[in-house]
Amino acid sequence: MTSAVATPERRRRLRPSGGPDRVFRVVLRLAGAAVLVLMAMVGTFLFTKAVSALRVAGWSFLTTEEWEPDSGRFGIAAVLTGTILIASVAISIAVPLATGMALYVSEYAPGRVRRILINMIDLMAAVPSVVYGLWGFAFLQAHMIGLARWLSTYFAWFPLFKVTGSDPRDPLATETVYTSSTFIAGLVVALMVAPVICSIMREAFSQAPIGEREGAYALGATRWGMIRSVVLPFGKGGMIGGTMLGLGRALGETIAVYLIISPVFVIQPHVLQNGANSVSALIALRYGESGPMALSALMAAGVALFLLTLVVNFAAGSIVARSRSGAESEA
Amino acid sequence: MTVVPHRVPGAQPEPDVAETRRDTATISGDDVLVALGAMAAAISITALIFYWIAPFSGVLGFVVVSFVMFLALYAALVWLDGDGPAVRDRIVGAAVHGIAALLIMALVFVVVFTLLKGYRALIHPNFFTQDLTKAGPLEPLTVGGGLHAVVGTLEQIGLALVITVPLGLLCALFLSELRGGFTRFVRTIVEAMTALPSIVAGLFIYATVLLILGFEKSGFAASLAISVMMLPIMIRASDVVLRLVPGHLKEASLALGASRWRTVRTVVLPTARPGLATAVILATARGIGETSPVLLTAGYSAALNPDPFHGPQVSLPLATFTLIKSPQPNVVARGFGTAALLLGLVLLLFIVARLIGGRGPQDLSKRQARRRARMSARDVARFTRQQQRLAQQFAQQGVNTSE
Repeated sequence: MTSAVATPERRRRLRPSGGPDRVFRVVLRLAGAAVLVLMAMVGTFLFTKAVSALRVAGWSFLTTEEWEPDSGRFGIAAVLTGTILIASVAISIAVPLATGMALYVSEYAPGRVRRILINMIDLMAAVPSVVYGLWGFAFLQAHMIGLARWLSTYFAWFPLFKVTGSDPRDPLATETVYTSSTFIAGLVVALMVAPVICSIMREAFSQAPIGEREGAYALGATRWGMIRSVVLPFGKGGMIGGTMLGLGRALGETIAVYLIISPVFVIQPHVLQNGANSVSALIALRYGESGPMALSALMAAGVALFLLTLVVNFAAGSIVARSRSGAESEA
Repeated sequence: MTVVPHRVPGAQPEPDVAETRRDTATISGDDVLVALGAMAAAISITALIFYWIAPFSGVLGFVVVSFVMFLALYAALVWLDGDGPAVRDRIVGAAVHGIAALLIMALVFVVVFTLLKGYRALIHPNFFTQDLTKAGPLEPLTVGGGLHAVVGTLEQIGLALVITVPLGLLCALFLSELRGGFTRFVRTIVEAMTALPSIVAGLFIYATVLLILGFEKSGFAASLAISVMMLPIMIRASDVVLRLVPGHLKEASLALGASRWRTVRTVVLPTARPGLATAVILATARGIGETSPVLLTAGYSAALNPDPFHGPQVSLPLATFTLIKSPQPNVVARGFGTAALLLGLVLLLFIVARLIGGRGPQDLSKRQARRRARMSARDVARFTRQQQRLAQQFAQQGVNTSE
């Protein structure tokens, strides 16, 4: 069409096309709305249910250690502390392991081994938690007593490692004080979250730009020098984000913890000692007593846990996203 | 390590010979010898300490002490003909190798331990054909099996997939194709929901479907709980995959005049298909292994219950969880059997996911390639027909003025 010279062309308005496209957009919007409604329903339901328990307990919900909802004395002081302790044990074991593994895979491993290891780690991240719990329950528990006793004997000056009710000089002392502890549960959870953390870290490390790597080598850096000055700074966001994502998983873990711990409803800071607790284990343990008050109290505990993991996950997400965009712009 | 020979000032220049090819291997023979020597010395010293000097015992202690000893000796040996950075480099390298080996061994051990322990139950063919109604705690392993749990798992995950796959994929398309405040809001909510602990998802279904709506504990309730947990995971994974579809492909399609729907159907979905399949399969693997929501909603039964809508229906992880707590060795062996089955199932799903996901959108199977060829032949035929028709029209109207 060449008549545009005569009549100046009018600016066209871009409109969404009609017909099947409109149906398509409507269907997509409906799906989005349906998911939104479903998710919002879960959230609001949990919150409204939790409120009735919180109204009874008031602020003491955060400071009470016992869990007797029917007599109105209940709180998450013990279980939340237990959850955080288990997760911190898990993270402090898993992060060094995952960092080493991720560095090995992205920097040291030869090509074919690397591909196998990447697949293997992703597979390990998909292994069901009940399998890890099973291993911890049937194998690890019995084999960790020696380590726990050794730690409690020589490091008892560190308050977390103290064990009351055991005497290391008494050869006939019972060993059950060292079983079912926060430490063992944390160890199992550590193995569970290590692959998750590792695969995020590995991705971050492998995104370190090749130019800078070779620049470091060209300046005479050793491999560790290159890692320290290029890979780790570039992967920092991924390391923090992966760690927090692992922390989120560790906080919410139920079955592996439930299989191992023997629940106590006091704040138990001695990680090596028998007796621990976590919010999710509490829910799994007590959901059966279905009085409305008890259930509402469990909901409140669940909401508290959800809020905790929510904060951790969002922080992780924003850190990972920020680090990724930065790495891309440099490359 | 490459050792550069010292050039003494004033020495005669090197003879003019053809330059020999330099060895660029990062590991030299010396390094291997140094590492092996340090290792042998470390193990011997540790053995000396453990069996002669100090009253230590335990395999774990031996390994740890000898590894620390190895690091120290290795550092000392490298120090003999290297400097500070070289020593640090070797130490970190050795530590990283050690950590990687430790983690891999631990993870492999978890899997192998489960499979080996499960082997005792799995070698009996009745494990795959019977349920546990006739198998009391003292019955031998030749009676009873995990059929009911397998059926329960497959039905529950099937129902969950029926709910989550259409909804999840549509929602992911919505998030990646449409823009606006509403989309951002939905994305934020979905991301928030990925943080929902699975036990809380189970508690939600327990409180609503079971207590308020009055349904009984059943496989359907369990699949609902699994869906609540799986949906955000699947949406997020598929959203990531869909956003990886190159923008210029979509723009090319739109520029050719295709509608949004046609673009999605013929460009976006085929390009993202392997990634989407991987997302679905990995979410399935997560859903299959979840125990805690099922624990709250499915109930436990030792009998085969093929009807997911009525009566308690057990699944593999739940059966594992229940059986393993028994004091009877045979029941525990059955628990390991179900765990090994579950592990096998996850492994299978994972391999399928990798086979599909490893293939890019451009490498096609033979059948797909034939279909592509047929489609493009049809297009060619269509275009030539159109051209002929146009030529005829022009000829009839006698419009032949362009020259």
